[in-house]
Amino acid sequence: MGATTGAPVYVEFADGARASYGGDEFLFVELSESMSLPTALRIQAMAKALEPLDLPGIIDVCPSHVSYMIRYDPDVLEPGALVTALRGLHESFPAAAEVQLDTEIIEIPVLYDDPWTTEVLLRFRSRHQSPAETDIEYSARINGFDSVGEFIRQHSSKPFIVTFPCFVPGNAECVQLVPRDRQIETPKYLSPRTDTPARALGHGGAFSTVYPAAGAGGYQLIGRSAVPVVDMQQRLPGFERSIVIAAPSTIFKFTAIDLDEYYATRSAVESGAHHYRKAPVRFVLQSYLDDPDGYTDGLLKELP
Amino acid sequence: MIDVIKPGLLSLIQDLGRNGYYAIGMPPSGALDQYSHALANLLVGNQLGAATIEVTFIGPELLFHSDALIAVTGATIDTRIDGEAVAHSTTLAVKAGQTLTFGGLSAGARMYLAVRGGIASTPFLGSRSTYTTSKIGGLNGTPLAAGDWLPVGEDIATIVPPVVGASIPDEFLPILGPSAEVRVVEGLCNYRFAPDSLELFFSSDFTVSPESNRTGYRLIGAPLEFVERDPVYGAGDNPSNVVDLGYPIGSIQVPNGKEAICLLRDAVTGGGYATLGTIISSDLDALAQAKSPDVLRFARIGMEEAIAERRRSKAALAGAGDRLRRSA
Repeated sequence: MGATTGAPVYVEFADGARASYGGDEFLFVELSESMSLPTALRIQAMAKALEPLDLPGIIDVCPSHVSYMIRYDPDVLEPGALVTALRGLHESFPAAAEVQLDTEIIEIPVLYDDPWTTEVLLRFRSRHQSPAETDIEYSARINGFDSVGEFIRQHSSKPFIVTFPCFVPGNAECVQLVPRDRQIETPKYLSPRTDTPARALGHGGAFSTVYPAAGAGGYQLIGRSAVPVVDMQQRLPGFERSIVIAAPSTIFKFTAIDLDEYYATRSAVESGAHHYRKAPVRFVLQSYLDDPDGYTDGLLKELP
Repeated sequence: MIDVIKPGLLSLIQDLGRNGYYAIGMPPSGALDQYSHALANLLVGNQLGAATIEVTFIGPELLFHSDALIAVTGATIDTRIDGEAVAHSTTLAVKAGQTLTFGGLSAGARMYLAVRGGIASTPFLGSRSTYTTSKIGGLNGTPLAAGDWLPVGEDIATIVPPVVGASIPDEFLPILGPSAEVRVVEGLCNYRFAPDSLELFFSSDFTVSPESNRTGYRLIGAPLEFVERDPVYGAGDNPSNVVDLGYPIGSIQVPNGKEAICLLRDAVTGGGYATLGTIISSDLDALAQAKSPDVLRFARIGMEEAIAERRRSKAALAGAGDRLRRSA
């Protein structure tokens, strides 16, 4: 790999994954071109399996939906040695269905169809597929829901699992734990907005995310979280270990709240008194695949 | 202490970068031209990780409240102490009460100012590098502003201060000009690009767009096409879309096939556009000195040569350090 200048250079592993170098400091491995929850979770388990190997020179291991990336110091870890280590991992690593992940479930209280994101999204109608309706009305309609209320029920009833923390700290793209034919799918804006309220809940493709801070964005805006997903100064309860609330495989339960509950939660957050409802869980992929609804109902019961 | 009288256009406290947080979506930031940052630190006897000030296009005006040793590297810029022109890439002495000013920039885009001891702002997650998107690093997550006070630290590498007037020999200085060749390791989603388009990419000129900054350089040039494929679940509608994936620093994407973007050290860590390859790290230093409307040519490089090039760049830095020590 990489001996000759000119040809695109890929190495294929035993499980069909395709590896290539990202310049002299990154290695990129793609397992699938299309989104697949079992693949995403197998990647997360593989990323965890890299930790005990304790390869010197690894700076970051970055799992994403159906690929992962490693940043490393080639002065310490010879690129070919890294490829060899990964080749072995891909050969020996169990199939996705055997994946188990120790993670946690966290509740995110959300004011769906809230006034702040509505105010912002109305300023960007010219960039939207359907300027005559709001993002949540559009998302409900194209996904076949009779009402916004039904859309909210679907979005808030079943948990989501984080498959790619990316873009900026705190942003964590997650996919709903329902069979594909029940997943909500929305296009991104035709052209990205230049503004989004902090903590806005967005949905784009098959993914939801809470925008950590105000800024540009292209997901359909469907609500606003009452709680932060990032705390740079690590002052708030829940951020003792990291500046972000979510890691790969964190399970989010979005819970619909009303305006009074939103304000009450906001003031609790601002006074440092808010504690996230959360619980450690082990996610067993095969059990989920065997009975998605039953399994996720069981996960939700773990919340205190 | 150094008093910021005028901040310049975009003056940022930067060091080697904040490594180890890519997986939570935080890029490393740090000096865009790491080589020139290191040369500046060498000239004042600092550790290479000491924080410098990265200045883009227009320099600040700084009042020194104590004696200091300083050096200016990177972009060629008219530099003056109390109005007297001083040399570039040279160890300079500033006396308490003197003012450092800058004039016109004649080559390159980013200048690095090192002060012996380094800029001692409070590190965030192990680095002083300013990352304005998340408002972290630097003095308060923002570029320098008039009225800021810059504390000087103790990040020195040599107890004996370097000799005033010592300079980096020309052979170790980066070559700055209106055009540059940038070498790319192919890979990532390279297979998504039509072979003809890849040939075009590696054989035509690209002009640096004015919309270029620390997150990335946008390039004006030939449009590129993608290999046709059946719709892919989760990827989005445009042929340039892929299921969101990680972006290496230096990776090149071409949204909608229209405008190539090279991502730099403040970029988002991932997204949904196909990437065709990655610029090698030593050429990212050269790219950091390009500005609109400079012209870039991309060349393919294999991994072995990329590693050899990395070693050459490190050896050059070591060589410059040796020569400075011998001239002391």
